[in-house]
Amino acid sequence: MSIISFRQVSKRYPGGFEALKQISFDVEPGEMIFLTGHSGAGKTTLLKLIAAVERANGGTVLVNGQNLSVLRPRAVPFLRRNLGLIFQDQKLLYDRSVFDNVMLPLLITGQPHREAARRARAALDKVGLLPREKADPVTLSGGEQQRLCIARAVVNRPAILLADEPTASLDAEYADIIMAMFRDFNQVGVTVLIATHDRGLIEKWGRRSLALAHGRLA
Amino acid sequence: MRTWLRLHWLSLVQSLARLGRAPGATLLNVLVIGIALALPLGGYCVIVNLQSLAGNVSIEPELSVFLVTSATRADIAGVEVKVRAAEGVKSVRFVSRDSALAALKRDPAMTEMVATLRDNPLPDAFVIGLASHDPRLAERLQGEFRALPKVAHVQADSAWLQRLGALLGFGRTAVALLACFLCFALVAVTFNTIRLQILTRAEEIEVSRLIGATDAYIRRPFVYFGAMLGALGGVASLAMVFSALRVLNRDLEPLASLYGSAFSLEPPGLTGSVAVTGLSAALGWLGAFLSVSAHLRRAR
Repeated sequence: MSIISFRQVSKRYPGGFEALKQISFDVEPGEMIFLTGHSGAGKTTLLKLIAAVERANGGTVLVNGQNLSVLRPRAVPFLRRNLGLIFQDQKLLYDRSVFDNVMLPLLITGQPHREAARRARAALDKVGLLPREKADPVTLSGGEQQRLCIARAVVNRPAILLADEPTASLDAEYADIIMAMFRDFNQVGVTVLIATHDRGLIEKWGRRSLALAHGRLA
Repeated sequence: MRTWLRLHWLSLVQSLARLGRAPGATLLNVLVIGIALALPLGGYCVIVNLQSLAGNVSIEPELSVFLVTSATRADIAGVEVKVRAAEGVKSVRFVSRDSALAALKRDPAMTEMVATLRDNPLPDAFVIGLASHDPRLAERLQGEFRALPKVAHVQADSAWLQRLGALLGFGRTAVALLACFLCFALVAVTFNTIRLQILTRAEEIEVSRLIGATDAYIRRPFVYFGAMLGALGGVASLAMVFSALRVLNRDLEPLASLYGSAFSLEPPGLTGSVAVTGLSAALGWLGAFLSVSAHLRRAR
């Protein structure tokens, strides 16, 4: 069974803008897949629908076997705990250390503090930020901040990783490092969905890709 | 269960830390809440004290019918029959001149005076309970009984008490209204305090929700904060009322002693204090709950 499934999904924002029109596709468990298209093509909207940040106006979105159009608001947090989200604008919290940023998802799920700290350090280690755990996120470089986002997204061991333009602000060399991390997570069974406008990335990594143009799948 | 406890404990620690981080703002908020609660609480204390003062005397409407001192047993029996037959009489209690004197002797303030008496100057009397508070009834019966043979005097005992009772009832209603308004004020104060806190932490709330925080998780530290603010405000109001009553009692003492009474204004007891603190904590909790819920609804 597909882990993500869209059936005739449409999304219209208040004001009439149609971000997605009749989209249908499936993602299999353990797949790593790219979502491409020019900016404004609907990539971010599509990711938001998967995370139930936005709701579709028509069609069915299935994630992990759950039909999101009938999902009660109370159930949304538990859906999201199974997703690792990497946002285009990063959404790091600058009032706390690198370590505490990664701790946040674990505290939310009520993990015992010692176990949470161990897992947070393991996640930081995986992205190579362990030596900087006490640092202020502001003092990190752009690439390091992106790695911090990844550590926060994977610390809860999600089944699905959604990344919105994770390499947009990075040079090619750093982009490769980030992409290699995604590949590593994918190799241990995590389903990875990466939205990017960088066609070179797709050619280089040679995975299946969904191309969006003006809200439709090309 | 352990996870649940852990989540609550974390929120509690967080809220305490936040209270301590801005001691100035916390103090001001506590004072505002304290004053808002101290007004009705103080008023309530005064009313309760006056009520217990008045409560020593029955507030039932009564008439006292005094007979002439020369009245014989037959005269007494005659009056009793008439009095019992009168319309609007609920109870009739006979107080003989001997038992009245005995009662007077029991009062330590009067013993000395009574000892100087050679014979009993007190009349036989009936204490008559009336069926209703209607002043017209008291007036009619007063006239009726006064016309009976061997009746020297009829006195309406309870008029002033009724007036006091009515006044106290009015005061109680006024205090209750004040308390209602100021409870709203307390909820509004915590609502606004929490709203400001939410604004400064909007980003953290947004990120937390995106990575799977439930509404309850978001709400928890804020409602703890509100409840603690309320509880501290309650304690502050108790402190204010206690010290105010102390000052008032110092002035009240000479006044009360003029009336030969040791009357003083009692502060709220332990149960009352706990109730006030609990109530204001609950109101703080409510204000915070509404504030966070409003924000969560807006953000959805």
